[in-house]
Amino acid sequence: MNALSFEFPWRKIAIMLTRRSWIGLGTVAGVIGLWFLLTSVTGIISGARFPSPQEFWKSLMQINTRGYAGAGLMSHAVHSLKLVAMGFTVAILTGVPLGLYMGWNRKAEAMINPVFLIIRPIPPLAWIPLAILWLGLGDSAKILVIWFSAFVPSVINSFAGVRAIDRPIIEAAHMLGTPRWRLVREVIAPAASPMIFTGLRLSLQASWTTLVAAELVGALVGVGFVLNMAQQDIYPAMILVGMLTVGLLGWVTTMLLAKVERWALSWNMAARD
Amino acid sequence: MHDTPLSFQQRFVLGTAGFVIFVGIWSLLSGTGIVPRQFLPSPMDVVSRFLTLLTSPFAGASLPQHLASSFQRYAYGVILAALIGVPLGLMMGWFRLLDDIVTPIFDALRFIAPIAWVPFAALWFGTGIGGPVMIIFAGAFPPCLINAYRGARFVEPRLIEAARMLGTGNIRMIVEILLPAATPSIVAGLRVSAGLGWQSLVGAELIVAAAGVGFMMVQAQGNVQTPTVMVGMLAIGLVGMLIDIVLRMGEGWLRQRRGLEA
Repeated sequence: MNALSFEFPWRKIAIMLTRRSWIGLGTVAGVIGLWFLLTSVTGIISGARFPSPQEFWKSLMQINTRGYAGAGLMSHAVHSLKLVAMGFTVAILTGVPLGLYMGWNRKAEAMINPVFLIIRPIPPLAWIPLAILWLGLGDSAKILVIWFSAFVPSVINSFAGVRAIDRPIIEAAHMLGTPRWRLVREVIAPAASPMIFTGLRLSLQASWTTLVAAELVGALVGVGFVLNMAQQDIYPAMILVGMLTVGLLGWVTTMLLAKVERWALSWNMAARD
Repeated sequence: MHDTPLSFQQRFVLGTAGFVIFVGIWSLLSGTGIVPRQFLPSPMDVVSRFLTLLTSPFAGASLPQHLASSFQRYAYGVILAALIGVPLGLMMGWFRLLDDIVTPIFDALRFIAPIAWVPFAALWFGTGIGGPVMIIFAGAFPPCLINAYRGARFVEPRLIEAARMLGTGNIRMIVEILLPAATPSIVAGLRVSAGLGWQSLVGAELIVAAAGVGFMMVQAQGNVQTPTVMVGMLAIGLVGMLIDIVLRMGEGWLRQRRGLEA
């Protein structure tokens, strides 16, 4: 390309950005306006079905100052976050190595696969009653179900990641006499890491879904418990507070994982954008 | 060695060995009483409980009846998700304005786990059929929408240009160009939807329902009937697997028909 005639299309980007962001802003404003209109102004949707913005704000203040379901919003959120972090970490620490090992060692794969095939179709949420039977309503039961739910995607994607490595890469490493441990650390794990991260993203999503479900079924603290109490009290504004908190937590943790991924895979051009 | 595939016999023997070890450890743990039998019944207990539940009722119905009522809700939820999600996705792929309006809302809602809709679902549609159907819908909707949208966006431009030159209108463009071209992507999305819907169903029934496999499991959990809980898990896993197999076959048939695979 001719350097003189090349001009970075700032103007074009600016026009596109404004168009998209204007419509985006308009949509957000429209949704909030419609919310006001349907609840507070005209009352087409009654407060018993969906809260008005004022009611939502009042509930948000209530849970933040006086607390609801036994604690403030922050402590519910932190508690749930802690459980997800713990279950997710245990799942990664067990699932990723197992997946890598199954990808590497065909005999191990042949042995473990049938058992995996039986357990895999059982949705993570179906483990909740069993976990409650075994461990009760406390934190350990939740960590157990999160572990189960996040384990499967970690294993499958790590496994697929190893199997997708080009054979010449491994053969070259072998030819150069790379010791086994270095091969795993410097060839296998990095080459499989894009797939591993795909698995981690799925695992994280599964962790949140499972935790919320488990807390809805039975808990003493946590965002799912807030939802549960609000449902029993028929308190729509608090239900909305709980749902938005769940969404916010999911969003924040997903963003964090994406940051880690970008940092860890910075050598990989394909992962940069 | 990592890159020498095993023969079928080797795979079979190792697989059987793995399975036997799994069942063996399970039997040992419950048989010797290391784990109380009440909490970990032996594999035989679960199988015999399964056979009993096929005919005799628990929590108001036998296992096939529970499965039937679960499956009915499931079918409603997934079909509804496909009927709304696929056309909306295709239209978003064609009309830029609609895309710009729906995408921010969709992105904001995406991070809320489908299961978190349970309280509103129960409040709005009750706990009979409506509530669970809405939760299944919430689980199954996103892949329908996303895959239809992606399929429509990545249609070969030449097809669109040709159709445009021949004066095709918006509706015909969507129905006769975008839909057929996006079909493989849509079908793949439907398969994901079906799986997620089945998961959501279990969650919905654990929390709000008066019938269905999930309800049966919660009742069994309350009565400390571990074998029945495990039978529920088994049944859910089996049906989920069947759904996936059927859809996979459908997908394969479709691909073959369109000449994508020999």
